[in-house]
Amino acid sequence: MNTLVFFYFAGVIVLTASLVVALRNPIYSALSLLVMFFHVAGLYVTLHAEFLAAIQIIVYAGAILVLYLFVVMLLNVKREERFHQQRTVGVFLGLTLLAEGLLLSFRGEGPKFGREQSAESVPAVVGNTEGIGEVLYSTYLFPFEIASLILLVAMIGAVILTKKGIMESKS
Amino acid sequence: MLETGIKLALTLTQIGVIMGIVLLTVAVLTLLERKVLGWMQDRMGPMEVGPYGILQPVADGLKLFFKEDIIPAGANKLMFSLAPILSLVPALIGFAVIPFGPNWTLEIFGVEFKPFVISDINIGILYILAFASIGAYGIILGGWSSNSKYSLLGGLRSAAQLISYELNVGLSIVGVLLLAGSLSMVQITEAQAGGFWNWFFFTLPFPQAIAFVVFIISAVAETNRVPFDLPEAESELVAGFFTEYSGMRFAFFFLAEYANMILVSCVATVLFFGGWHAPFSFLQGPESLTWVTGIFWFTVKVYFFLFLFFWLRATLPRLRYDQLMRFGWKVLLPIALGNIVVTSTLAYLFPGP
Repeated sequence: MNTLVFFYFAGVIVLTASLVVALRNPIYSALSLLVMFFHVAGLYVTLHAEFLAAIQIIVYAGAILVLYLFVVMLLNVKREERFHQQRTVGVFLGLTLLAEGLLLSFRGEGPKFGREQSAESVPAVVGNTEGIGEVLYSTYLFPFEIASLILLVAMIGAVILTKKGIMESKS
Repeated sequence: MLETGIKLALTLTQIGVIMGIVLLTVAVLTLLERKVLGWMQDRMGPMEVGPYGILQPVADGLKLFFKEDIIPAGANKLMFSLAPILSLVPALIGFAVIPFGPNWTLEIFGVEFKPFVISDINIGILYILAFASIGAYGIILGGWSSNSKYSLLGGLRSAAQLISYELNVGLSIVGVLLLAGSLSMVQITEAQAGGFWNWFFFTLPFPQAIAFVVFIISAVAETNRVPFDLPEAESELVAGFFTEYSGMRFAFFFLAEYANMILVSCVATVLFFGGWHAPFSFLQGPESLTWVTGIFWFTVKVYFFLFLFFWLRATLPRLRYDQLMRFGWKVLLPIALGNIVVTSTLAYLFPGP
């Protein structure tokens, strides 16, 4: 039953992810991205990571993708401007990713962060949210702080960008 | 197999009953809003259909049902049909985690069953926030697919507004979550048992009254109600994102707006005003009757907030767009963040019982 659910989610994710780049209409691309986000959230639910599932939808589907749609509708991008010649980069990246995937699947032992291990390492008594909070503020405190710092820098950068006009007019 | 079947049947019945109650409440609200507005403006409100106009919702419903369904030329047909559904479904789906009565567990044919909440998931409030944010898609797509300037402008305004105020909704409830120590709506309600001084609006060490004000302002903005109804400002944009909609598709947007109002009132009740708990425990009545008084108090509180929505509509003028953005980001956001800092500090210094 679990495997069936997993393959449903995985199949839809692969399908919609390829539709995002294959569809001509940017609005349809954004919507298939939305469907994909929901199925990724579904995968999290099957792994008993409900907190991550909800955050996935709030952050990606609720905020980021709405902004994408916003930009797509406002810009009304013309077709010839949308397609650039990126074949060399595309082929290079594709081959690298394919090689990585093949290496991983033929290595015999499964990936380290497999399903069984993650289910064991999170204690069943503590809820998912509490578990994430505890791990985030103890084991992974340093990466967490680094990520916060990067976000802070990005925020300051955004403020500076919007203040640009004011600074120029003063000088 | 039989157990799964019984569980499914019970849950479906529950969903059906709650959907029915919500849609019925929407019908009541349409009349109530016009009546309340009328009384506040020294008018009678609708009086023609039935005694004192109480059959007005039926007439409105029939009218919408039989109206011609027009799809404008040049509209994107698929998106145009999809948008009303995308805005109604998230509004209704949030009711799945609202506990409107005591946290009882019955056993029917060996199946555990909670009669007063459809699903007690441990991330209840996040679930509601997640689907509230999906509601924006219906509005944006409805505005874009109509192929009309007014609709598009309304849709874009609403997108910006929803993203800005969603943040404040999320941040203003963090204080409550800190004090309750849980994301589950049932457990948040349980944490406020015993009397009105335990409700998070009043509770020590730090009353969440400020957070509640931020929450309710942002909630009004999220439901696109006056004074934050810029997406459908009739004096500027005809009717905003649903200018081109008619018949049942229009009714869907309408239902979504009112269902969202009810949902937001339910969330405010659960988070800040103790859910189904009575203000004094003796008003709760004997143990066996808790469910009657529980549902009664829950309904009273929810209707109070719904009245607040009408009251605001009768009182306040619409904000300008730049005022809306400045207010959201420069006033509400710092207040909400400050509330989190103070609440977490005090909750750490004076841990509850």
